[in-house]
Amino acid sequence: MSLLDYLLPYDFSPLTVLSYMLVMGFYGIGLLRMPEQDRPGALRIFAFTLGVIICYAVMQTRLDYYAQYMFFVHRGQHLILHHIGPILIALSNPLPIMGFWFARINPRWKQALRPIGWAYKLLQQPFIALFLFVGLIYFWLWPPIHFDAMLSRDLYWVMNWSMLLDGLLFWWLIFDPRPPAITSSLGYGKRMLILAVAGVLQMILGAWIVFSRDMVYDVYEVCGRAWPLDPEVDQFLGGLLTYIPPAMMSILGILLILRRAMHEDGKYTNPSKNLEEKAS
Amino acid sequence: MNTRFWRHRTKALSCIALMVMSILLTGCFGNDEDWHGKDISGLMPGLEFDLINSQGEPVSGSDYSGRVRMLFFGFTSCPDVCPTALQKLNQAASGLDPELQDEVLTLFVSVDPKRDTPERLAEYVNFFGDNIVGLTGTEPQLRELAKRYRTTFGYDEPGPDGNYAVSHSSAVYIFDREGDPRLLVRPDLSSEEIRQDLVALIQEDS
Repeated sequence: MSLLDYLLPYDFSPLTVLSYMLVMGFYGIGLLRMPEQDRPGALRIFAFTLGVIICYAVMQTRLDYYAQYMFFVHRGQHLILHHIGPILIALSNPLPIMGFWFARINPRWKQALRPIGWAYKLLQQPFIALFLFVGLIYFWLWPPIHFDAMLSRDLYWVMNWSMLLDGLLFWWLIFDPRPPAITSSLGYGKRMLILAVAGVLQMILGAWIVFSRDMVYDVYEVCGRAWPLDPEVDQFLGGLLTYIPPAMMSILGILLILRRAMHEDGKYTNPSKNLEEKAS
Repeated sequence: MNTRFWRHRTKALSCIALMVMSILLTGCFGNDEDWHGKDISGLMPGLEFDLINSQGEPVSGSDYSGRVRMLFFGFTSCPDVCPTALQKLNQAASGLDPELQDEVLTLFVSVDPKRDTPERLAEYVNFFGDNIVGLTGTEPQLRELAKRYRTTFGYDEPGPDGNYAVSHSSAVYIFDREGDPRLLVRPDLSSEEIRQDLVALIQEDS
């Protein structure tokens, strides 16, 4: 196989390619056109681009083929779509670029887009966000659902996109750079609590897969593996990828939030919040 | 006012969302276990292919329409999985009432076109009964068919004698008369269970 075969999609999805092109296009043009003082630094641009590229790579290159026919590669794919990619994108803080484009939307359009804002606010309620984040992992790994998702092309795409979009929502809620003391972003305590609970719940699932004596995910057995790997080893590796890295991401996230909280301690006073408390 | 609204409604909204999600979840686990095989209706596209048969003639999916078809991927040098599966399918089909036997056709697709010439394929499938057709094609044709049914195959490095193992799907895909995918038969099903499913499928749309 030539290099090109590895870079071209196994299962070409025009919608996916278009979405990634639009995201990178808007990001790039926004960067070039925005005033210099608002522009993110090189490291942030790099983090954003890297996050987008690795998500694209696991969806639209040869990696997707291996993810379809190997359980542990599939777990690696979801680790990137649901954790690493969105974490990089959230940490890169693309708010200035989003702000740049938002200011250019026709006011009438803004009116029409308001339902999206409501849906966003609903999905970012801490409990719902946590439920969605962990629930989606459990849902797609529920053995009968997983079996169907790997057999149906449509379900497979729904699965991968739902993981990516939910990953972006969740990690943006966690790493929202706006200080909660003066904005409506989620408080640091709640962010850390969510991360801790998400970490524990993922560890339970991962441990269950790792220590399962039986074949839990036999769809890879039934549909043929990309190369002849012992099924138990495949399941064990996949379990480890569900068990350890997500737990580490949670800890890492908590540390980052903790650092930010300590940094901001006493930095902001919030007159409007004080007033609100007095009034009630 | 907006923030207040959200603050006060958080709990109610969370409860509603939780309820909606639980309802959605229970909807996904509907019980459809009338079959021994796994019901795959709607999960995959209908039966279509461009291959060659064991006479070396080009054939397509519509050439065998009107019958219940069992699709199986394998190769003739296969040591255990393929002979066992074909034996089982033959037992299931020959256990049917005589008038039903012609309603079922087994399609054996060899994914090893390098070694499996049409002649060799013909010899192999004839060994496993009458209502079985051997198919093969170029590797791209076979890859396309495998991809369509969400499966794959791979070749091991050849040993000193030039022989190599081929990894392939161990499942049998059953299509109804219209060519719609209906059941996926895992290797642990018995020929009797497969036969019962076949009978149900034949009677369903005759």
